[in-house]
Formats: sequence, structure tokens, C-alpha cells
Amino acid sequence: MAVESGHGPFMEESPYAIPSRKFTMWLFIISDAVTFGACLFAYGYLRVATPNWTRPFESGSVINVILMTVVLITSSLTMLGAVDYSKAGDKAKSMKFLYLTMALGAVFALLHIREWVELIHRGITIGSGLFGQTFFTITGLHLLHVISGVIALQVVGTKYSSGRLTPSHVETTGLYWHFVDLVWMFVVPLVYLTNFAK
Amino acid sequence: MSSAPNPGIAKYLPVYVVLLAIFFVEVFLSFRNFSTGTLVVILLFLAIGSASLGLMYFMHLAQERRSLFLTLIPVTIFVLLMMNMIWSDSVRLLHMRPFPQ
Repeated sequence: MAVESGHGPFMEESPYAIPSRKFTMWLFIISDAVTFGACLFAYGYLRVATPNWTRPFESGSVINVILMTVVLITSSLTMLGAVDYSKAGDKAKSMKFLYLTMALGAVFALLHIREWVELIHRGITIGSGLFGQTFFTITGLHLLHVISGVIALQVVGTKYSSGRLTPSHVETTGLYWHFVDLVWMFVVPLVYLTNFAK
Repeated sequence: MSSAPNPGIAKYLPVYVVLLAIFFVEVFLSFRNFSTGTLVVILLFLAIGSASLGLMYFMHLAQERRSLFLTLIPVTIFVLLMMNMIWSDSVRLLHMRPFPQ
């Protein structure tokens, strides 16, 4: 018998000793990881099986990808700050880090859209062949996650600052944000960097 | 949920620096003369390393009970490995050249 956060006094202790919302987020993350895994495996499958795979990225694209990656990893760091300060009860500092995370997420999305526009101007669209279909599907799914994450951070941040949500909610949203970062660590090498292989 | 004794981002900086370093190593290696297959293997290995760091230290899985880790991670790895079954097909298709030029 135990009194854990998220459980009543007469409920059995969770085997994981975490609130149910956090466990639910973990389950969502695992299912989403498998979805991205399927997309990336499909990309690799087509990449290996198709001779003369389209290689549209040049040095300008690499600089853009480096910027995007640094921005996203930094946003994970600021998210950690937001979670840490919320747990310590410092709402003002937590909100500052949350806003910084949202701003970095928005910068990432803008850089991503700029890259898309550049590719579309060069005639590479979702309907222009296997590369276009897989590239826009994978990066589009990821971009959707980033935009959803920024919106979620805004909603949770607003409610947390007004006292309607707890630090636990900030922590759970932070898990989602780190997951988005983790997915990007696989998208970059597989989709962008293999572009330069022999 | 435990309260953070020393809140801030300083304690996460080493992991942050390592993640950036791994990424820059990936970029550097992508410009070396590796074949596609070799480069994919090397980059995936490095990506798994950086994802593990993120999972354990940014998402705090290292600080959770081991039961959570054992429930989530082996199952995910198993499912992803089962997806790996299609790789043999991709090699077969490469030799059959199934897609028109």
C-alpha cells in the first residue's frame, strides 16, 4: 500500500512508481517511435533498392541541417531547464525556459519550411518520385510533431503559469519534446547525410 | 516526481555537448568516401548512441525504476528488429532493379 502521486490511498502502488499520465506519455512515445521506425525502414528499403536515388542536397542544405539540429538539441536543453525549475517551484524561471523552448521550436519549423520551399522551387515535390514521397512524408510527420509540440508547450505553459496545471504536466510535455528531438537524430543521418555517400 | 535539488541546465551540459559532438562526427563522416551501406551502418550506430543518451539522461529513464525500462525498451527494440526483416528484400530488389529509371 502506498500513496503515490496520481493514486488514491487505497490503490495498489504502480510497479513503475510514476504518475499514470507520465506512463501514458511513455506508451504514446513508444507507439510513435515504432511509427517513425516503420517510415525510416521504408525509406532505407527504397534507398537501397533504387539505383540512382535522387540526391538533392548541396552544401547549403548541410548548413541548414546543422542549424536545425543545433536548434532542436538546444531546445531539449532549455526544456530540461523548464522541467527542473518547475519541480523546484520556481514558476517564473520555468516559464522563461518554456518560452525559450517554444521559440527554438518555431525557429526549427521555419528553417524546415524554408528548406521545403527551396526544394519545391527546384521541382522536388511529394509527387515527383520516390525521393519526394518519402522525404516529405518523413520530414512532414516530424514537422507536424514539432508544431504540435510548440502548441502543447504553449497550452501547458499558460495553464501551468495560471496554476491550473502542475509541474508534473510540464515534465510529461517535456518527455514528448525530447522524443521529437530523438527522432530527428535518426532522420538526419538516414535522410540527409547518406545523400553524400558514394 | 521528485523535486530538483539544484535546478538548472548546468548538470545537463555534458550530455548536450556529447550529443552535438556526435552529430558533428556524423556530418564529418558523411563527407568521407564511404559506400552507402557502410555509411548507413556507421551513422545508425552513432544515432543509436545519441538517442540512448537522450533517452537515459534527457528523458530521465536512467533515474526511473528498472521495471519501466524493462517494460518499454526491449519490446520496442524487438518490434524494430522485426521490421528489419524487410532489409533482405531490399537487397534482393536491388539486384532485380525493380524500379524504372
